[in-house]
Amino acid sequence: MADEPDRIALTEAQRRSRRSRSIAVAIVLAVLVILFYVVTLVKGPGVMNRPL
Amino acid sequence: MTDVSAIQAARKVLAATPYVSEASVGDYVALLKPRVMSLVVFTALVGMMVAPGHIHPVLGFTALLCIAVGAGAAGALNMWYDADIDRLMTRTLDRPIPRGRVTPGEAAGFGMTLAVFSVVVLGLLVSWLAAALLCFTIFFYVVIYTMWLKRRTPQNIVIGGAAGAFPPMIGWAAATGSVSIEPLLLVLIIFVWTPPHFWALSLVRADDYALAKVPMLPVVAGADVTRRHILIYSLLLIPVGAAPWVLGYAGPAFGAMALLGGGAMVALAWRVLVRRNGLAAERAAKQMFALSIVYLFLLFAVLLVESGLGGLGRVLA
Repeated sequence: MADEPDRIALTEAQRRSRRSRSIAVAIVLAVLVILFYVVTLVKGPGVMNRPL
Repeated sequence: MTDVSAIQAARKVLAATPYVSEASVGDYVALLKPRVMSLVVFTALVGMMVAPGHIHPVLGFTALLCIAVGAGAAGALNMWYDADIDRLMTRTLDRPIPRGRVTPGEAAGFGMTLAVFSVVVLGLLVSWLAAALLCFTIFFYVVIYTMWLKRRTPQNIVIGGAAGAFPPMIGWAAATGSVSIEPLLLVLIIFVWTPPHFWALSLVRADDYALAKVPMLPVVAGADVTRRHILIYSLLLIPVGAAPWVLGYAGPAFGAMALLGGGAMVALAWRVLVRRNGLAAERAAKQMFALSIVYLFLLFAVLLVESGLGGLGRVLA
């Protein structure tokens, strides 16, 4: 017992919910990257010109 | 083993068990108060569309996304702060924190992260004025309404309602980079609309609020005073609703809608006033709550259609 690493054993429900949350975070980050990319294309050289 | 020692032993086991969340994505979506968010997004869209000039669709979408996420962040922070009273009220018992799906700390972290992201992205990609207004709106809802007013005064939703009224101005600012009288009139409409809308709900849920010691008007001043206040604000909504048409910022369809819808709101408020007992009173208050949402939606929808037709007219001319 003493040689086993001290780890948390997740239940199936915990594993499933963690996976779904991870996928959601990945999708949100991907959307954010795409959003910044598209806005950069839309604004062109004026990307740094932001009205108040 | 006695009951007490069994409970103590169970507590020790629980304390030694590391906390692992079982919250689903749906639980986090529920923290964003999606139904409130939908009205916020719609009124912001109208504010953006009626603004003069043109905003690129991608930037318009970005602004609406940020406003939606900002509103959701405010909702999550509200649920974090109100977790103690949400456990006591039947209306809020089903929220993710009282159900034990999300901890208050997780809700606070989620809300703060989204609040910062929504404001910064809106500023970087669209307009810093719109971002500042969004930041102020989140601050107003979380700090001024939730933390300060809600548990202290029966005027909580009158003043706090300003937070829900700002979105058209944020939409306008995102489109123009400025603020003027027209979006302020739209803000004023939602500001005057909020008290009768919310007090109608609080009439039905007065026992809940009393149990949670939230000083809503029916709890502090009684149902009859609340009914009179609902009527007064509904009467006020007629001139305020018609103001954009009277001042020449909106067309006759909007004016007609404001007068007819305002009249309907007054009729509903009158029914709430005269039906004071039993199921009839509850039904009148529930109808007032539900139809007030329809009123606001239709009023802003007419404005959206009018501005769309105006834009089409300019293109055809």
